[in-house]
Amino acid sequence: MDPLFWLLEPLRHDFMVRALLVSALVAGICGLLSCFMTLKGWALMGDAVSHAVMPGVVIAYALNLPFALGAFIFGVGSVAVIGYIKQMTRIKEDTVIGLVFTGFFALGLTLISKVRSTIDLTHILFGNVLGISGEDIRQTVLISVLVLVLLLLFRRDLILFCFDPTHARSIGVNTGFLHYLLLSVLSLAAVAGLQTVGIILVVAMLVTPGATAYLLTDRFDRMTWIAIGSAVLSSVLGIYWSYWMDASTAGCIVLVQTGLFVLSFLFAPRHGLLAQQRR
Amino acid sequence: MDNPPDLIAHPDLAPRAERIRVSHLCVSYHGAVALHEVSLRVNAGSICGLVGTNGAGKSTLFKALMGFVRPSQGDISINGLPLRQALRRQAVAYVPQMESVDWNFPIHVANVVMMGRYGGMNLLRIPSRDDHRAVRESLERVELWPLRHRQIGELSGGQRKRAFLARALAQGSSVLLLDEPFAGVDIRTERLMIELFQQFRAEGRSLLISTHDLSHITGFCDEVVLINKTVLAYGDTSEVFTEENLARTFGGSPAQLLTSPGLEPRLEPGRQPWRSEP
Repeated sequence: MDPLFWLLEPLRHDFMVRALLVSALVAGICGLLSCFMTLKGWALMGDAVSHAVMPGVVIAYALNLPFALGAFIFGVGSVAVIGYIKQMTRIKEDTVIGLVFTGFFALGLTLISKVRSTIDLTHILFGNVLGISGEDIRQTVLISVLVLVLLLLFRRDLILFCFDPTHARSIGVNTGFLHYLLLSVLSLAAVAGLQTVGIILVVAMLVTPGATAYLLTDRFDRMTWIAIGSAVLSSVLGIYWSYWMDASTAGCIVLVQTGLFVLSFLFAPRHGLLAQQRR
Repeated sequence: MDNPPDLIAHPDLAPRAERIRVSHLCVSYHGAVALHEVSLRVNAGSICGLVGTNGAGKSTLFKALMGFVRPSQGDISINGLPLRQALRRQAVAYVPQMESVDWNFPIHVANVVMMGRYGGMNLLRIPSRDDHRAVRESLERVELWPLRHRQIGELSGGQRKRAFLARALAQGSSVLLLDEPFAGVDIRTERLMIELFQQFRAEGRSLLISTHDLSHITGFCDEVVLINKTVLAYGDTSEVFTEENLARTFGGSPAQLLTSPGLEPRLEPGRQPWRSEP
């Protein structure tokens, strides 16, 4: 097939152009955040929050509120519940995370089956970027801008918080604030990512680009650029691929991301498998 | 205020009698007593060893000095100021145990040292020219300036220690809290660090060094605090370092343990706690 045709033909459809733009934006934001997630070791937390936002999204739709609001409340709420249970009992953290997010997720599933609304379960679970509505685009763009501004504004504090929270606290940085800031941003990014790849796979957007970049560089700045670049590239390639193969969009996007990770895992100049074996 | 000629010399470094004063400090976690009636004083320009077993309250005392725990009783003052106020002036710097640092973190040496300056920066943490100069001075002091662009994990063990000492210097603090600074350090690095500590002392800084290994203490500490939940002995190294005191700190003869309930023996009988472990 003519590569130019391969690239341009899908752009004749408005829905494809919209899907490409929205998912590139969301991927970029999630890619930036994924650097903090991988360095802080919050992958499991990302998984938990992204699942826990589900009842919030359902309730918000049912009440005709912005879905981001519901997602935000339940995302941060779930983490507060996790922290509370961990503090009050002797149960280990990963167990608490597992039980809380599945509980929230189950609540969302039940609600969706009982509440009369226009939302489609499969769209929430697996994303629906090809059929995204104008209102959803507006909210997603807003969330993305908000996340971007917060991450840029508190960039250095967040790096310090990830690297050495004890020092941060000892010099008077409000680490409690940073903790909840990062969680709030995570909830917001999760709900934005949900638009493109759905709840099940959104954790990939929040982890994989950061992990890919982490193997390629020892500098935080470069790491963020690589993560953003690989995330955007994955979402664009993934959407094209799903168009031409008529396959699941979310699946294709995340598969490309995973493929890029595998390349980085094998061929990264210093931290890759081959480089390490040559040593 | 005019720029001080030496940025990493804190204004609070002016000569004064005492740096740290802890009075009747009590700390408990969920009802369990971690520190009881701890009182001590560290003078300006002195190195004080904080000696006790694991769980004796060394790290709780550090946490209290950094303002991390709320004492149930007693208070702390630094440079004659209430703790909060002193902390806001960046009077206290904490040098972490090397095991607690993520050495794979994508950050280079100069950035770690710059983090020592964050407390005095604006909210966006954009370094000023003074901040850059302080980082340079600090790195030159510990002879790491040529390695400033290295990722921290690429440093050798001794260089890693020095990088974190440089951060404390860049912070300009008059009180340095060092958590087990000699753990896993070779002799050469140890000598180098002790040399730096003595320089800091000469500048009027005060160092509180926690350790459970006694072999280091006698060499260069001016004062020693022996703790086990409370201060067992405290004062000049030569006076405090008696076998009797050490036995009280690390668990000694049964007779002594009977008279001091609540102190857990940590060592097997016959072991000499003042000898370093092989």
